[in-house]
Amino acid sequence: MLTREEAPRLDGDPALPAESARRLYRTMLTARLLDTEAVALQRQGVFPAYVSLRGQEAAQVGSAAAMDARRDFAFPTYREMAVALALGVDMAGYMASHRALWHGGLYDPMAARFAPVNAVVGGPVPHAVGWALGEKLAGRSGCAVSYFGDGASSEGDVHEAMNLAGVMGAPVVFVCQNNQWALSVPNERQIAGGSVAARAAGYGMPGVAVDGDDVAAVYTAVREALERARSGDGPSLVEALTYRAAPHSTSDDTSRYRDPDEERAWAERDPLPRARAALEAAGHADAAFFEQAEAECRAEAERIRDTVSAAPEPPGSDLFAHVYREPTEELARQRRVWQEEVA
Amino acid sequence: MSPTATDTPGAASAPAVPATMREALNRALDEALAEDPATLVFGEDVGRLGGVFRVTEGLQRRHGEHRVFDTPLAEAAIAGMSVGLAMNGWRPVPELQFDGFAYPAMDQIVNQIARMNYRSRGAAPMPVTVRIPSFGGIQAPEHHGESLEAVFAHVPGLKVAAPSDAPDAYRLLLQSVRCDDPVVFLEPKARYWDRSPSPAGAGPVEDAAVGTSRVVRPGRHATLVAWGAMVHRCLQAAEAAAEDGVELEVVDLRWLKPIDAAGLAESVGRTRRAVVVHEAPLTAGLGGEVSALITEGAFSRLAAPVQRVAGFDVVYPAGPLEPQYLPTVDRILFAVQRTFE
Repeated sequence: MLTREEAPRLDGDPALPAESARRLYRTMLTARLLDTEAVALQRQGVFPAYVSLRGQEAAQVGSAAAMDARRDFAFPTYREMAVALALGVDMAGYMASHRALWHGGLYDPMAARFAPVNAVVGGPVPHAVGWALGEKLAGRSGCAVSYFGDGASSEGDVHEAMNLAGVMGAPVVFVCQNNQWALSVPNERQIAGGSVAARAAGYGMPGVAVDGDDVAAVYTAVREALERARSGDGPSLVEALTYRAAPHSTSDDTSRYRDPDEERAWAERDPLPRARAALEAAGHADAAFFEQAEAECRAEAERIRDTVSAAPEPPGSDLFAHVYREPTEELARQRRVWQEEVA
Repeated sequence: MSPTATDTPGAASAPAVPATMREALNRALDEALAEDPATLVFGEDVGRLGGVFRVTEGLQRRHGEHRVFDTPLAEAAIAGMSVGLAMNGWRPVPELQFDGFAYPAMDQIVNQIARMNYRSRGAAPMPVTVRIPSFGGIQAPEHHGESLEAVFAHVPGLKVAAPSDAPDAYRLLLQSVRCDDPVVFLEPKARYWDRSPSPAGAGPVEDAAVGTSRVVRPGRHATLVAWGAMVHRCLQAAEAAAEDGVELEVVDLRWLKPIDAAGLAESVGRTRRAVVVHEAPLTAGLGGEVSALITEGAFSRLAAPVQRVAGFDVVYPAGPLEPQYLPTVDRILFAVQRTFE
């Protein structure tokens, strides 16, 4: 396992233009506040469960900000809320997945260029490769970005997908958010050899590990990988070394498997204060900016919270509505049974 | 009707369907590739080699390496890439080389392909046809003779087809590729090379619409229901029974999901007796579903309980034991006899 200090840093100045840096900070802050609201909603019984991304804001916002939202396409699993936010996904529709209104969320994944929420951690990775290959076959210039974690890096589908991407030269960027914990299992019991990024070499693609809590570093690495894919040089793997500051889900209990000291130590690496300090050090933002950002981002998080909380539950007929494009007589018959005996 | 309508694949003037199922499937894929530039054919060895059964022979040469291509030996990736291709506007027709090797792709087929239209509330349809050379009867190694139809038919979101002869294989495959829902297409490899004429003959592609069955031999004393290679076995049984003056009707179910419940009830309503025949193991096989549908749809007409003739509940055996395992003409006739007791 590469430590944060050993992880290769990108050459050159990772500093972003002032306006971009401020925008990324605001997105990270909104994600943090919305995440906090979501945990509260679970406590209040509005969400049956929630999976927090606390600690991964820089990895998610930095990577998503590198995408071209008009032509690229993101393939998430279920902890990519800040990616959705950065890509402009309808967030009440996104959070509807956590309110259990609809498995995949209630946003339009094709319009948002952000695939439906997927609970199979390795499952969407070959989807991203297929989408990217489709883009190449069509002679278009979009790239796919595949999100997965250190746990999913053990899944066979991820290896098959990476090899396929390497063989086919698919324009896809694999973004592994290594948050150190696959539910209760730490990296050393998950990743033989210690590095997901190192595996890229075996699939004929560049792999780089970056400080996943440094939003500029993540942005720069993913942007480079996207440029490479877009210019026809094939796939890349970016491993963003970060930390899952919260439990795996609201049903999880970290005290059973990890040292509270580790969680306390994380506070020093928290990507939000780091981004704030970087903005201040670069002279990109002053106290008034942070005050305004806090107020506006909180208002946005609360608006999303209130919208998803008030969203109507789906009608029972939605059980049947999307199973097929071309409905079958048998399912129509079962719908009549539901209508007569359940509805 | 446009002036070129008579050139449309599947129209009345289309050239006669080839004599073998292998050639008929090849023709269907050729036409599917020609009629829709979004159609892609890919899988293990389907490109340069033309597939281990030569079903895709010549397609790469005719349609290009970007439309017909080899993939790495990775079934989950083959099925999984189909999802992304479909989300990007393509119409994938992946091949999984053998039935037993569909299992490594099962997560992608069941959890992803079958559900993406639902999960996305119709925003991301999956017009994917997963072709799988299937069933037994060719003395193949382990995992090369399995019958997975009940597994796939159990999955919401999938449709399942299994042709029994060349003309119908052509029609069913075109119907499957044109369908905007995912179809698992199970090809009876034991029938790939058979040249015996189709009892039902050729007909327009429209005749094989999703959810239809067909009567391949009319009869009035009992109905045999089968799919894939077992249709041929049932026809042999019907031929034998005819020598004793017993007229058996043979229904080729061909769409295993959705099943033509009305067609089954119609046939059995006339004959009053039914025997379901399949290669898959008996317990929880699709024969149970067919039997239930017949019972529900034609109970008052049934003169006897529906009989099932299936593979035994054992591991699919090696070559010399295949004839012991697969339903035989005798077993089918014994079952018919039981419906008269």
